[in-house]
Amino acid sequence: MAQINEIEQHTLIALVEDKPGVLNRVASMFRRRGFNIISLAVGNSEQAGLSRMTFVVNGDYRTVSQVAKQLDKLIDVLEVADISEARIVARELAMIKVSTTPMTRGEIIQIVNLFRANIIDVGGDSMIIEITGEGDKIDALYDLLSPFGITEMSRSGIVAMERGKSNGLTDGHKNNNVHSNGTGSS
Amino acid sequence: MELTGAEIVCESLLKEGADVIFGLPGGAVLPLYGALANYPKIRHILVRHEQAAAMAADGYARATGKAGVCVATSGPGATNLVTGIAAAQMDSVPMVAITGQVPRPYIGTDAFQETDVTGVTLPITKHNILVMKVEDVAQAIHDAFYIANSGRPGPVLVDIPRDVLLGAKTEFIWPETHKLPGYRIPGPADETEVIAAAALINQSQRPLIMAGHGMLISHAYSLMTEMAEKAQIPVITTLLGISSIASDHELNLGMSGMHGMAYANLAIDEADLIIGLGMRFDDRVTGRISAFAPNAKFVHVDIDASEIDKNVQTDIGVCGDLKSVMEQLLPKVEPNVHIDWLRHIQELKDQHPSHIVRQSEELLPQYVLQRLTEVTQGHGIVVTGVGQHQMWAAQHCLFREPNTFITSGGLGTMGFEVPAALGAQVGRPDTTVWSVCGDGGFQMTMCDIATAVESGADVKFAILNNKNLGMVHQLQDVFFEKDYMASEFSANPDFVKIAEAYGIRGIRVTKQEEVVDAVQQAMETAGPVIVDFMVKEDEIVFPFIPSGQSVNEMLEEPAHNGTS
Ligand SMILES: Cc1ncc(C[n+]2csc(CCOP(=O)(O)OP(=O)(O)O)c2C)c(N)n1
Repeated sequence: MAQINEIEQHTLIALVEDKPGVLNRVASMFRRRGFNIISLAVGNSEQAGLSRMTFVVNGDYRTVSQVAKQLDKLIDVLEVADISEARIVARELAMIKVSTTPMTRGEIIQIVNLFRANIIDVGGDSMIIEITGEGDKIDALYDLLSPFGITEMSRSGIVAMERGKSNGLTDGHKNNNVHSNGTGSS
Repeated sequence: MELTGAEIVCESLLKEGADVIFGLPGGAVLPLYGALANYPKIRHILVRHEQAAAMAADGYARATGKAGVCVATSGPGATNLVTGIAAAQMDSVPMVAITGQVPRPYIGTDAFQETDVTGVTLPITKHNILVMKVEDVAQAIHDAFYIANSGRPGPVLVDIPRDVLLGAKTEFIWPETHKLPGYRIPGPADETEVIAAAALINQSQRPLIMAGHGMLISHAYSLMTEMAEKAQIPVITTLLGISSIASDHELNLGMSGMHGMAYANLAIDEADLIIGLGMRFDDRVTGRISAFAPNAKFVHVDIDASEIDKNVQTDIGVCGDLKSVMEQLLPKVEPNVHIDWLRHIQELKDQHPSHIVRQSEELLPQYVLQRLTEVTQGHGIVVTGVGQHQMWAAQHCLFREPNTFITSGGLGTMGFEVPAALGAQVGRPDTTVWSVCGDGGFQMTMCDIATAVESGADVKFAILNNKNLGMVHQLQDVFFEKDYMASEFSANPDFVKIAEAYGIRGIRVTKQEEVVDAVQQAMETAGPVIVDFMVKEDEIVFPFIPSGQSVNEMLEEPAHNGTS
């Protein structure tokens, strides 16, 4: 357990019913039990009527497994998996609006190219940069752009997926699934 | 069959076998009452306050094992249910609460008597459903009962807008199935976990079983007693586990925890294995968690996976329905005698006889309960409120049959004693129900004595009248330098006259020698009776482990702390 306890950030994914109020139930559970969400992203999944949520949460192994079990207990949540220790790809999208002058524009473009980010809008005295990647990469770009004056930033939250051929959440994560059992699904 | 939404609710209730509902009408839910008039098979019991509807449904559910049903109107009616719903959630009680809501076009406009009830009850229900189409009503009620009753039971609220209840006549189709893909009910456990649990049990020298409410909910008590006898393992019950093993069983050590038996707490301190069965290691049971059972390993069986490793780190966690797990476990547990351990526990019992009531000239509340339980011989149901009288009932009442002690444990809800007792009596009309009341709690819900009278619920109310909020008084006595701020009543009503005002019998008891006679008379009188026991006013509940402390800080009745 010792080395497991050292993991601070966990990535959980959940398959939930796409119904009104589900996000509220999930958020309310986190708030009520004092769990901290670092990042949350929700969107459609590959299955109709089901959404996929990706959470990044802070805590030791025991806390995070409590989070997963409490999530799983919600009636609208079909499946939860902690994929922190699996081989995963995790990506986040950010849009950063940075101030520009004729003097700084060239330097900013250079930085953007270095990061393989995109310029998606150019105005008279600002531009919007789009970057996709892991959180660290976005943070690094943010730091480099800061001196020019960042006027707005919007981040999507992390979405994550396990590498290799798995068939969605339902059969792909038997090992790190939080259900230890569950006969007779209804 | 073409029906309105309200008629569909009634048909669905009948399909679910809900023949008793507790409620109080109002505008938004009135269409349902209109339909109920044509469904004489559903008995509606009119309460005086919706809190009583929820708590009566709770008492009914605990006494029968069937989901209790309560009904209220939108806004204030629904919010009045909240305390009762929260209590049911904390104690895993199956309940279906049906509330009227403002008509759909008004939702979100702050209309008259509009409250976001699904929002309010979200964290205190197992699930809740706002029904926005008349075609969805039957499915919602069907799912609500299924979720409430299955797995770890709990309350489910169904909120139905007035115009959905009135709704145009719609074909009534009873859904045979549930579309709840995210809801799974654990059955038997993983066999490897059971084998591992049995191995720990078989190796242990000083094991203890701790049985909780799950033992009663899953009807696993006979298997537990069998296992305890087979391997000679002493049994401790949590507050809600009381009555899962007969009080006079030689292996029963009674309740442990904050006001548990000293010997039970001392045994936990020395145990090498705690076998938690259908319980949740609540803080009232464990005290300071780091000092709880410091020498023990933990086996924990529960139907709710999230309870395992929540409060204590277990060595073997087994998730499954307790009865199925006990069936798996029992043959794997080897016979044992544990002679040294049992002898040692007997010594602890002799040195710390917390179950013995001291001699006194005054009318001690413990004495009242001891005599009462002698008269009933441990038969019938005991319901309590919350406070000192609750702890004394847990310590001194005898129980012979499973599931005969009904109390608000997790939420600790004062006022529970009146409505829950009436609900239990309605559910088990052939059983004597004694409601052990505090004079404080009784006054919170005594308006519903009228409901007991009206519904013919033959409850015997025993008020342990200490003229104060006893448990609060006790805490002030011990921790706040006897500063009794706001815990003493100077103008309690005359409870005998209250009884008479409701047209029932009231008996006052001031002396020890009157107790048995009063109890007998109450039992011989048809209909509800209030017995007002004028008990010693400043009695303290011992043993007492102050909140957040350990067995090392346990306070015992001076005569009981090992020197007698
Ligand atoms: C609804 C509610 N309010 C407040 C409390 C806090 N509380 C716990 S015990 C207690 C005193 C109960 O007094 P009484 O009903 O007379 O019983 P006693 O302790 O005297 O036996 C109080 C106020 C509570 N548990 N429930």
